[in-house]
Amino acid sequence: MAVTEERLFGKAIKRREDPRFITGRGQYVDDVKLPGMTYAAFVRSPHAHARIKKVDAAAARKVAGVLAVYAGEDVQVGGLPCGWMLPGIKVPARPALAQGKVRYVGEPVAIVIGETPFAAKDGAEAVRVQYEALPGVADGKKAHAPGAPQLFDEIPKNQCFYWTIGDKASTDAAFASAATVVTQPLVNQRLIPNAIEPRACVASYAPGTGDLTLWVTSQNPHVHRLLMAAFVLAIPETKMRVISPDVGGGFGSKIFVYNEEVVVSWASRTLGRPVKWTAERRESFLNDAHGRDHVTEAAMAFDREGKITGLRVKTHANLGAYLSTFAPLIPSYLYGPLLSGVYKIPAIFCEVWGMLTNTAPVDAYRGAGRPEATYLLERTMDRAARQLRLDPVELRRRNFIPPFTDGTPYQTPVAFAYDSGDYAPALRRALELAGYEQARRDQAAARAKGRYIGIGVSTYIEACGPAPSAVAGSLGAGAGLWESGQVRVHPAGSVTVYTGSHSHGQGHETTFAQVVADQLGIPMEQVEVVHGDTAQIPFGMGTYGSRSACVGGSALVKCLDKIKEKGRKIAAHLLEAGEQDLDFKDGAWSVKGSPDRKKAWGEVALMAYLAHNIPQGMEPGLEATSFYDPVNFTFPFGAHVAVVEVDAETGAVKLVKYTAVDDVGRVINPMIVDGMVHGGIAQGVGQALWEHGVYGDDGQLLSATMMDYAMPKADGLPSYTTDRTVTPSPINPLGVKGAGETGTIASTPAVANAVIDALAPFGVTHLDLPLTPQKIWKAVAAAKR
Amino acid sequence: MKLPVKMTINGQTHSHEVEPRLLLVHYIREVIGLTGTHVGCDTSQCGACTILLDGQAVKACTLFAVQADGARIMTIEGLAKNGELHPIQMGFWEKHGLQCGFCTPGMIMAAYQLLERYPKPSEEQIRHQLEGNLCRCTGYHNIVKAIQWAADNMPAKR
Repeated sequence: MAVTEERLFGKAIKRREDPRFITGRGQYVDDVKLPGMTYAAFVRSPHAHARIKKVDAAAARKVAGVLAVYAGEDVQVGGLPCGWMLPGIKVPARPALAQGKVRYVGEPVAIVIGETPFAAKDGAEAVRVQYEALPGVADGKKAHAPGAPQLFDEIPKNQCFYWTIGDKASTDAAFASAATVVTQPLVNQRLIPNAIEPRACVASYAPGTGDLTLWVTSQNPHVHRLLMAAFVLAIPETKMRVISPDVGGGFGSKIFVYNEEVVVSWASRTLGRPVKWTAERRESFLNDAHGRDHVTEAAMAFDREGKITGLRVKTHANLGAYLSTFAPLIPSYLYGPLLSGVYKIPAIFCEVWGMLTNTAPVDAYRGAGRPEATYLLERTMDRAARQLRLDPVELRRRNFIPPFTDGTPYQTPVAFAYDSGDYAPALRRALELAGYEQARRDQAAARAKGRYIGIGVSTYIEACGPAPSAVAGSLGAGAGLWESGQVRVHPAGSVTVYTGSHSHGQGHETTFAQVVADQLGIPMEQVEVVHGDTAQIPFGMGTYGSRSACVGGSALVKCLDKIKEKGRKIAAHLLEAGEQDLDFKDGAWSVKGSPDRKKAWGEVALMAYLAHNIPQGMEPGLEATSFYDPVNFTFPFGAHVAVVEVDAETGAVKLVKYTAVDDVGRVINPMIVDGMVHGGIAQGVGQALWEHGVYGDDGQLLSATMMDYAMPKADGLPSYTTDRTVTPSPINPLGVKGAGETGTIASTPAVANAVIDALAPFGVTHLDLPLTPQKIWKAVAAAKR
Repeated sequence: MKLPVKMTINGQTHSHEVEPRLLLVHYIREVIGLTGTHVGCDTSQCGACTILLDGQAVKACTLFAVQADGARIMTIEGLAKNGELHPIQMGFWEKHGLQCGFCTPGMIMAAYQLLERYPKPSEEQIRHQLEGNLCRCTGYHNIVKAIQWAADNMPAKR
C-alpha cells in the first residue's frame, strides 16, 4: 500500500481531546444523569468461601426510598460467559449474583435499588445474609494440594486446565547435556489494576420500545454488547446500545463483562427505570479482575559458551474463584509463546496449571502474560550471568536472535513467528544513554564506601495486536481479533472516522485523525474521530493488547484506500483524464505534467454527493467500511536500564535513573508514545517495588484500599530518559507495532535486577516482588548474621 | 434531617438543604452538577476530588458539605476565565500531562496551590507536593513538565 507524503504522521501534535479534560468537561459514566434515575448498591460476601443459608431482605425493603432488592436466583439472566476455551478446560458456572455459595470476599450477593444513593446504601446495610463459613484457599499452589478446600464439586483439585507448549523431549535432552543449569523459583505477585476512574454503569431500559441503553466503563463496547445481549440477557443486539464515553483508564480491567453491569441492566428492564451504579474504590479492589499471580519454577540450560540450550517452566496460575472473560488466555497463549524472548533458545517446554482459588477473578492486566514471561526470562538471565560469572549485558548479547528486518519472520520453538527485529542496537543505545560503563565504575567506588548501587538491565519482546482470527479460533477464542473502521466523507469534504478501537487515555481522537488527514492530504480540523458507541460504529473489538494502531489503524487505512480509489475515478472523470494519469497530493488530484488541471478534495467530495457528473454506473456517496484481520501479531522490543540505590540500614530503595529504549515500529505521534511508555514504566516499577494484592490464608483481601495497596506516586519516581530505534513492522500498512504495554513489561525486571544487583555484596541472588524495605532489610540482616 | 448550607462555588452562591452525611464532593457533583471534580477512591488517597476551599487545596471527599457552609470554593470549571485557559491548564495540554483525564482536574487544582507556595518549584518540590494525587497513566513524568511549563508561563503577580 502506497503511503502519501507525510505531513502529520510522526509529528508530536497536541491532543485534541485535552481541552475538555483540562476544563472539567469530560463526560465519564458517573457523570451521566437521566430523568427518573435510580441508584444501585450491592451486598457483597464478607467470606472467602461460605454457603448462603438465607438472604433476608424484609428490613431492607422497608428502608425509605428503597425500590427493590434482588438476590441470587431472582435475577433471571444467564451466567457470565468465559470467552476463551482451552482443550479440556473446566469452566465453572458463574451466576451474576451468588447462588448457593460465595467463593470470594466481595462476590456480589444481592442488589438494592433506591431512589437515591443513600437509600440504596441504607437498604444494602439492612440486608441480612446468613452464611455457613467454609474453609477456603487463596494460594494457587496450595489449592492444588491433596485435601485443599474444593471450590466446585465438579472441578477436582481446583484445576481448570493443564496446558503445555513446546517440546518436552528436546528440552529434557538439552538439560541432560547442559554445561550449566540455572534454576530460578519465582512468584509473580498478584496486582490490582486501579484505573483512577472506578468502574461504573448506567442502564436505561425504555419500556415503550424495548430498547436498552447501557453506559459502561468498557474498553470494548461491542464485545460488552455481544456477550451481554447474546449470552446473558438473551435479547437481540438490535435492542441493546452500549456507550463507553470518556473512560478513565482501563489497563485491561475494563475489558471484561462483570456482574454489576449485568444485574443493573436486568434491574432497569425489570423496574422500567434507569439504574446507576458506580464502584467505590473498595469494591474495585474486591471485584475488578486482578492481574498476574503466578508461582513458577524456571530452569535454564547453558552450553560452555554461555549460550542457552533449553528452558523449562512450570507455572501455577491463580485464576481466582471464577473464570473472568479472557482468564484462560492470559497464562497460556499470551505467556508460553513469549518464553523465547529476544533470545535464540533451541528447546523450550512450559507447563501451566490453571487454578481456582477463593480470590477475586484474575484476567488481563497491562501486559497480560507477557510481563510474567519477561520477568521470568530476565530474572533468570541475571541469575545465570552471576552463576556464569559474566556481565549480564554480555550474556544477553551472546544469546540475541540475529537481526531479521527483511520481512522474513523468526520462528521460535513456542509457536510465535516474530515479524521483524534487531535487538542489539536498542540495547547499545540504552546502555549509552544510561552511561552503563561509568555506572559500573561508580558502583564499584560506592561499594568500597559502603553504599549499595545496583544496575539492572532487561531486554524484552512484546506481542501486540493478537491475530489472526482463524488461528485464534482454533486455539479457543470466543471472538475474532480483527478491527473495523468506517470513513464517511461529508459533501463539503470534512470526514468522520468511526473506529472499533476504544480510547480510554490513548489519544485516538488525535492519532487516528493524524493518519486520516495525512493520507487524504486535508487539514486535521476536517477530521473527527468517533468511538465508543455501538449505535454509531460498526461492530468492533475495542482496545486491549496494544492493538489500536496496528489493527484499528490498519482498518482505517483500508477504508482510505477505497475512498481514494473512488475519489480518483470521480476526479479522472471530471478532468477527462485517465485514472493512472493523475497524481494525488495535498488533497487534490492533478493531471501528471499539468499541475494546473486539478480537482480539489472538496470538489470531488461534493460531486460524489451531487452525482450530477460522475462516471456512468457509479453509486453516489463517498464512504467506506473495512474489517482488517492482521496476518500476525506485531513484536515490539527494546532494552531498559534501571539504576537504584539501596539503603542497607533501612532496606529502602531509591530509583535513581531510568532509561528506556523501545522499538515500537513506526510512530504516529511521538509525544503520545512517550507518554504511554512513561506510564508503563511507572506501573512496572510499581510491581517491582510496591504493589501487592495480598490475601490472607483465610481469603480476606488485606490490601483492599489505597491505604494498604501501595500505588506508584510522583515522589517515588524519577523522570525517565527515553529513546527509540525504529524497525517497521512488515505486516501492516502503517508499519506500526504497538506501545501501550512495553513499559510495564520491561521495567519490572529491570528494577528487580537492579535491586538484586545492589544486594550482590550480601550474597542475595533473588527476592520475590515487591522489593519492599522490610524484605530487603531482612535479607541484608540475614546475610550479616 | 436536613441542614441548610450556603457556599460560593466559582463565584456563584448556592443554598440547599442537605443530609449531614453528604460529602462535599457529592454536593458539588450531584447537587450543583459540576462533574469535573472526580471521585477515585474512598480513603482520600487519590486526590481526584481536589478543589480550592478558601484558597486551600483540599480533597472534597474529606469534608461533609455542611462543613463547607460559608466557604468560597473553586473547582476545575472555575479556573479558566472568560474562555481563556489558566497557564496550568495550558501546561498540561502543551506537555501532554494527561492521558485518560480522570485525575487531571485534581492534579491541576493541586498544582494551583503548589505554584502559590513555590512559584519556581524544583522537580523535587513538585514531586513532593503531588504526593497526594495519584495518576495511573502518565508515570508523572509529563505532569512534572506541565507544572514546570506553567511556572515559566505564569503572569507576574502585581
